[in-house]
Amino acid sequence: MIHLENINKTYYGAQPLHVLKGISLDINEGEFVSIMGASGSGKSTLLNILGILDNYDSGLYTLAGVPIKDLSESKAAVYRNKMIGFIFQSFNLIGFKTAVENVELPLYYQGVGKRKRHNLAMEYLDRLGLKDWWHHYPNELSGGQRQRVAIARALITQPQIILADEPTGALDSKTSVEVMQLLKSLNADEHITIVVVTHESGVANETNKIIHIKDGIIGNIEENLDHNSSPFGINGMMK
Amino acid sequence: MNDILSEIWATARNNKLRTILTGFAVAWGIFMLITLLGAGNGLINGITQQTEGRFNNTMVVYGGTTSQPYNGLKEGRYIRLKNSDIAITGSEFSGIVDEVGAMLYTSNLTISNGQHYLTTWIAGVGPNHNKINKVEMLVGRFINKIDIDEHRKVLILSNKQAQELNPDGDYKSLLGKWVKVNAFAFRVVGIFKDDENGRADAFSAYSTIQTIFGRGDDAGRIEFTFHGLPDEESNEAFENIYRARINANHQAAPEDRSAIWLWNRFTDNLQMQSGMDIIRTFLWIVGLFTLLSGIVGVGNIMLITVKERTREFGIRKAIGARPWSILKMIIIESVIITTFFGYIGMVLGVVATEVMDRQFGHSEYDMGWGSESIFVNPTVDIAICIEATIVLVVAGTIAGLIPSIKAARIRPINALNSN
Repeated sequence: MIHLENINKTYYGAQPLHVLKGISLDINEGEFVSIMGASGSGKSTLLNILGILDNYDSGLYTLAGVPIKDLSESKAAVYRNKMIGFIFQSFNLIGFKTAVENVELPLYYQGVGKRKRHNLAMEYLDRLGLKDWWHHYPNELSGGQRQRVAIARALITQPQIILADEPTGALDSKTSVEVMQLLKSLNADEHITIVVVTHESGVANETNKIIHIKDGIIGNIEENLDHNSSPFGINGMMK
Repeated sequence: MNDILSEIWATARNNKLRTILTGFAVAWGIFMLITLLGAGNGLINGITQQTEGRFNNTMVVYGGTTSQPYNGLKEGRYIRLKNSDIAITGSEFSGIVDEVGAMLYTSNLTISNGQHYLTTWIAGVGPNHNKINKVEMLVGRFINKIDIDEHRKVLILSNKQAQELNPDGDYKSLLGKWVKVNAFAFRVVGIFKDDENGRADAFSAYSTIQTIFGRGDDAGRIEFTFHGLPDEESNEAFENIYRARINANHQAAPEDRSAIWLWNRFTDNLQMQSGMDIIRTFLWIVGLFTLLSGIVGVGNIMLITVKERTREFGIRKAIGARPWSILKMIIIESVIITTFFGYIGMVLGVVATEVMDRQFGHSEYDMGWGSESIFVNPTVDIAICIEATIVLVVAGTIAGLIPSIKAARIRPINALNSN
């Protein structure tokens, strides 16, 4: 599904910052992967490149067989819309739109008709247990509810891959667990490929594979099918 | 399109202050432009109306005082126009001069009709006076050539004077009656409308005034209409030749400009025209700058808007918005808001000019020498209003385009990380 070969990325600020130093990585269809690292390790940059939100300097990236390199903004927008669902730490909902309007938005950019996208959005909100909140604005919802709206928005285009950047970063421990359970079941039941970026090992432990990244280089890759990754045990606290 | 409209409605509703500020800038610009142009038009129309009904190609000649010695005579001599000047004007300049007349004022005279009387000046004039200073006849006739030739004792009164002399009846009944002017019996042959614009004198034939009141050879001032002088140069050339000839008749230096005074309404009007053109240009410049401030206002707000919404654009792009759809959204929003508020400003401006028209457009002001309306029809052509609104909408959009294009091009990750 995702194939990375020797990806390099440098930020040219006052001082050039070589963030990704030759990342090579394969993520297969249906995998539930976390990318873990300290802040500044380059994990968010990597996720942004995966999500075609940012470009890279050298290397090769193919997403579902499509080479992603030097795309025009319009083309990138289409790929993001069709193939990728985003979940952000700060939810990134549009404040002056209701829950259902936020969920509808990706379909709006696909040109789906008003009634059809409304019905579909309601369906997804229902699945995420937010049916009764459809007409609420984001600031009238709790953090967990907001993140579920964001997940509904990510799912509505039926993407091949979901990219989550610190999805629990702004949530308390209880809702964090709920959100991770949700992602887990999406992966298990619908075989959606999910990549989670986190610095919390508790969150990473919920995924099936943990990719450690440090100073722009991939360290070890742990298979974590029994969810027993050290230092947390089976019943360890997530947060 | 429906989707875009509801998108715009949602953003406008949720950003009320911003929308109102943009709208205010636009509406104010248009409103000020229309009000300004309307006021200017009112002023110009007022001036134009005052000169209406007057013949353009007329000249009045007054006697003056010589300013230089000539032919053994000292300067400072008072020149009084005489009958020979009238004759010279009529015969030697017949190629250009149409009809010559004169105007000779008496001192205060008492006109009486039985026990009713009034005192006024009488202006002895020729038939052509009516062409030079419009006299609107209500009944009867104006002075004619026979009056002049036969020195007939005829009198033309204003309706107010006629009313004063015949307070118990209709002023018109005075027509054809004989009234006394000092000791002489004059027949009322016409009554004109007192235009309340300056002094209203009674009129008689100048030859009659000359003889009855012992003015001898005094011609007063000479009045004539002319033709065949299309521009300023030809008028000036004619004036010089004419002045030299009349000066010669009074043994004054031919180029002496103060021996006689010429008042040429044609060149006068030319100057007034250019004066009005200056006013008009000035108004347009001020108006366009007002419009410009509106455009800058729109551009400014657009800049802030785009900056404020960068993160939102980032979100939209992350979930699949193409740059063009972002740009389209901003532009359509800008066009709709500026058009809507531009229209409001236009309507308010038109209402304001109509109110001005009602309030001041027909009222007359006491100017000291009489009352005049200085403000006539202070309105603006609707086509100009619409054009100005369109200019503002287009310019406002272009002003907003630059930040919009930037916003549409920004990489989504940078947009998401803004503010």
